[in-house]
Amino acid sequence: MNTQKKEILVKIKNAGIFKNNKWLVKDVSLEIYKGNIVSLIGPNGSGKTTTAKIVLGIYQDIHGSVQRFTKKISYVPQKILIDWSLPIRVIDFMVLTQKLENNEIEEALKLTGAEHLKNNSLTKLSGGELQRVLLARAIAKKPDLLVLDEPVQGVDFSGEAALYELIKKISESLKCGILLISHDLHMVMSSTDFVICLNGHICCSGTPISVAQNKEYQKLFGDHASQVLSLYKHNHDHDHSTDGSIKKKIN
Amino acid sequence: MLDDFFVRALIAGLGVALVTGPLGCFVIWRRLSFFGDTLAHAALLGVTISLVFNMNISLAVFIVSSVVALILLRLKKTTNLTGDALLGLLAHSSLALGLVVLGFLSFIRFDIMGLLFGDILSVTKIDLIVIWVGGLAIILILKLIWKPLFASTVNYDLAAAEGMNPEKADIIFTILMAAIIAISIKMVGLLLITGMLIVPAAMARNLSNGPLQMVFFSIIGGLLSVLIGLFTSLKINSPSGPSIISVALILFILSLIVTKKNYKIFK
Repeated sequence: MNTQKKEILVKIKNAGIFKNNKWLVKDVSLEIYKGNIVSLIGPNGSGKTTTAKIVLGIYQDIHGSVQRFTKKISYVPQKILIDWSLPIRVIDFMVLTQKLENNEIEEALKLTGAEHLKNNSLTKLSGGELQRVLLARAIAKKPDLLVLDEPVQGVDFSGEAALYELIKKISESLKCGILLISHDLHMVMSSTDFVICLNGHICCSGTPISVAQNKEYQKLFGDHASQVLSLYKHNHDHDHSTDGSIKKKIN
Repeated sequence: MLDDFFVRALIAGLGVALVTGPLGCFVIWRRLSFFGDTLAHAALLGVTISLVFNMNISLAVFIVSSVVALILLRLKKTTNLTGDALLGLLAHSSLALGLVVLGFLSFIRFDIMGLLFGDILSVTKIDLIVIWVGGLAIILILKLIWKPLFASTVNYDLAAAEGMNPEKADIIFTILMAAIIAISIKMVGLLLITGMLIVPAAMARNLSNGPLQMVFFSIIGGLLSVLIGLFTSLKINSPSGPSIISVALILFILSLIVTKKNYKIFK
């Protein structure tokens, strides 16, 4: 972690949602800074998406406090359903909430490997293609805060690694903060700055290493956790590129 | 020129078609066809209120439809009933209330058929002003809220997360729906107003790739339906509102054939 003064983007404190007589999530506190990737992990129904929506201000009746210090926010929702009755092409979707020049649209689509889909109808895309378009739209406006809810689901294996690489690159080049929900523990443990393990509340949180060694975390994720931990230990001094070459990490 | 009933009917019909074009697209995109029906049913209550208090029909219908629409938005948030159950509840209870009140008004002679199916040929000059001023206001407001409304139609959460304020846009849109029903009820009648919203927009969907294109074709379809429908009704002496919707239906069928052909060409 570097020591320079970090700019805060979002701060939520003891946030929770009480709905239909139960807590969806409770007592969640977190902070997201510029240039940092914070990841949320946890089992199904543990409140990851709910927490992301609290951060984004989609829910209104919440307990606790949420402060957002930027308005340049982009969101990749977990899923997006578009009815056939709504004719919308990728190019229409790119400018849904923002004004973009044509070259900005193309550049963003190119980054996520979706430039050939520009004039396609959104309803005709495959799951993985749609995911690439969602990500392209989110990064096109160069946000300060990027909230990604399972951004690579449905993307093929090689694409998945490339997109995670891209997400890391975006956080560095745009200096934006990222809140990432992911099932890929390997990605979470190797490339994010801060991990929050949720199960209705915050089970444990901290740097990837400290979370991986936490008993609560190991209980939640079982065998898989220790496997990832060993992967992590094995991997922490170098990166495998997609072409098979190995890069030593500088630190 | 405006002294001719047929010219007045044409001007009124074209004015309504200009507005139902874009609104109809949103009705289809947001699956609101049943909602349009509900507002139209509530309009009967508005008509009876206008008779009781001797108000302008459009104004009374606008107020009652808006209130019903806002009650619906509120109920959706506070109850666990599904949307279609709530729509049915509001549609039929306001219709029933309207009919009960109408029953007490036996001293007033009232053309119920004209109310149900529209009587475009009885449009007055004041009606023309209501339709065109109201209609242009609706289009202007729709243009102003286009971006947030469209974003919220595609994905509410996305729009909310990225600062589009979709809740406000949704409420304004709901009021616009009440307004279009209020200004067009005299023309197409409360049973057919949803048809005027949906049929041209459905036709437009078959011909379009993008949202703006669909709005454009929907307006064109509406205008053509009114033109052809009115001339037909004059020629063969058929009721005007149903004639307009029938033409819209024929256009829809033609659009199906066109898309089928296209499909084969591209394949």
